[in-house]
Amino acid sequence: MPIDKLQQDANGNLRHFLTLEGLSRSVLTEILDLAESFITVDAQSVKKVPLLRGKTIANLFFESSTRTRTTFELAAKRLSADVLNINIQTSATSKGESLLDMLHNLEAMHCDMFVVRHADSGAAHFIARHVAPHVSVVNAGDGRHAHPTQGMLDMFTIRRHKGPDFGALRVAIVGDIMHSRVARSQIHALNTLGVGELRVIAPKTLVPPEASALGVHVFHDMARGLKDVDVVIMLRLQRERMQGALIPSGGEFFQLYGLNADMLAQAKPDAIVMHPGPINRGIEIDSAVADGEQSVILEQVSNGIAVRMAVMSMCLGRAAGEGA
Amino acid sequence: MHTVIRNGRVIDPANRRDETADIYIAAGRIAAIGTAPAGFSVQKEIDARGKWVLPGLVDLRAHLREPGQKHKGGIANETRAAAAGGITTLCCAPDTNPVIDSAAVVELIRRKASDAGMAHVLPLAALTQGLAGEQISEMYGLQQAGCVAVSNGKIPMANTLVLRRALEYAAGLDIPVLLYSEDPWLGASGCIHEGVVSTRLGLPGIPACAEVIAVGRDLMLVEQTGVRAHFCQLSSARAVELVAAAQKRGVPVTADVSAHQLYLTELDVGQFNSLCHVRPPLRSQRDRDGLRAALADGVIGAICSDHQPHDTDAKLAPFPATEPGISALETLLPLTLRLVDEGVLPLHEAIGRITWQPANILGQSAGTLSLGARADLCIVDPECYWTVSEKALVSRGKNTPFLGWELKGKVTHTLLDGRLVYENHQ
Repeated sequence: MPIDKLQQDANGNLRHFLTLEGLSRSVLTEILDLAESFITVDAQSVKKVPLLRGKTIANLFFESSTRTRTTFELAAKRLSADVLNINIQTSATSKGESLLDMLHNLEAMHCDMFVVRHADSGAAHFIARHVAPHVSVVNAGDGRHAHPTQGMLDMFTIRRHKGPDFGALRVAIVGDIMHSRVARSQIHALNTLGVGELRVIAPKTLVPPEASALGVHVFHDMARGLKDVDVVIMLRLQRERMQGALIPSGGEFFQLYGLNADMLAQAKPDAIVMHPGPINRGIEIDSAVADGEQSVILEQVSNGIAVRMAVMSMCLGRAAGEGA
Repeated sequence: MHTVIRNGRVIDPANRRDETADIYIAAGRIAAIGTAPAGFSVQKEIDARGKWVLPGLVDLRAHLREPGQKHKGGIANETRAAAAGGITTLCCAPDTNPVIDSAAVVELIRRKASDAGMAHVLPLAALTQGLAGEQISEMYGLQQAGCVAVSNGKIPMANTLVLRRALEYAAGLDIPVLLYSEDPWLGASGCIHEGVVSTRLGLPGIPACAEVIAVGRDLMLVEQTGVRAHFCQLSSARAVELVAAAQKRGVPVTADVSAHQLYLTELDVGQFNSLCHVRPPLRSQRDRDGLRAALADGVIGAICSDHQPHDTDAKLAPFPATEPGISALETLLPLTLRLVDEGVLPLHEAIGRITWQPANILGQSAGTLSLGARADLCIVDPECYWTVSEKALVSRGKNTPFLGWELKGKVTHTLLDGRLVYENHQ
């Protein structure tokens, strides 16, 4: 099934939220605008709106996560939904139950939405293809493929700082592009929103072989890649990947691709620094930069709640409307 | 039983025969073509008017899933599917459970195939014990038990020294070696061709060089050892170029390609279509074109099915967690004939690639309608269009990305040793 048919209904409304690839600029803008309206909910004394009252959302995290799971849970609760946090990890499969059997059991418990994180690329698509018609699936990260809510919260953060004209922006994504689902989602979103120039900066071992087909300019030199950019997005480099053949050491990686104040000076003076977290200080980013004036890393976390509220309400609101 | 097949277009590329004629079968063998032999009393008559009469197809690689995985296939059922596809001789891969590395397993397979009586099953012996790549198998004993060649299945040979010894040993026995060449480290964690689609979907890739490097290494050892070697299921244009260069130097190596590699590319994976999860992976358009060109100029001498039936659950998971393979016995013939319509091969060449040429690679007398040969043949309605569907497939495996494709050419009858083993009443 083509992705647009799986992810959107015949009217172009979101049914599932699996990837940013193929979504139109108007859908992305709608998400950002809706998130903007939710950002004020945090400031209210009662941090709740009744949009999803009576809905049940199950967080299915086959891969561990604290930050993402928590922000999804908060987002759902602020929309007044009931939330199930199911700690799956490997338990379902270790008992021999198939993924589909487990999902069908949860459907039988009348869940309305599955928020899924899984180590395999394509897991969210697989689940979306097999859930009951009344269930929506939100991808909370699948393998190396996509992390669309992270991509959108990053767009939201950029727009709040740099305004709605992405065409005026030069953006650099730095680090482990190869294994990053965050980078893939960011790249799709930035291209759809019409970014002026999109660069990726990484050693050749961490750039996928056909990266330019994604619509990016590839740099292996940090200083050249950061020259005059408006936004610097640093990616997480997992410590376990620092051994072996990908890079020789964290130390050398930081020397070549770490972001310190001197390197940041290559970018525009008002450039913002982003990171999806958790950050590895002294390996990807220097503490002075991570905590510095140009850093918007903690804002990204806050914005994540509003963006996830927007996505959940769009998927479930539409589903509820269809059923009415 | 005396059988006559009347008025069919008899196409036998091995003997350069293409004529409308009657075929007379007696005692399981081709008794005459054209005029009835003296004293021939017709006991059974098959009308083949408007149809083609071809030698039974010879398939160099199929997985019958028995012993070990009967929930996916089984010798009786999958040879029935072979008959439905016009295949009368097939090699079964050694990666059964237990592996085909003992005479007992060979005998089990041969007995089950004989009991089923639907196709000649030629077991491939394991190149190394347990396919573990450490200790060479008892090739002589396995050959004596009925294995026609040795192969390490799709388990790459990591240890070059063990491979060298295995090839030397096989050369000493003059037993052919079927090589599946893949660098074990470059291909280890991948599940899709490393290229545009793997980059977009974030799936771990298997670079084409995993095959190219391994073919290069293996070719050096083949030249060194002088073994009769055949490269199986090539998927990349560069690997084919290496084989072509070796052939040009006079190295007697042969190669085959899976039929699906001639039609599908990495783009067919689309949005994680697990039916396109195969090994070697579907590669780029350029690779596909290279394979077709190599087929046309004879570098690739055979087309195989690489039949791998699966149960439904094997493909019901996120893409990397699914099992690779396509159910392919029943699409081998129509996909090969489609190459003719697409101008890749002349008709006789196409039929030759699935009949006498694979038989020749193995040194077996099959795939021909020569006088006195075993009467293994199929009758094909060349104008029959049919849609590939789960219901239409006899194989227990319904896992094919060609579901929904309309193909041209349908087997109506298959004869094995002169015996009718398949008849399509539709």
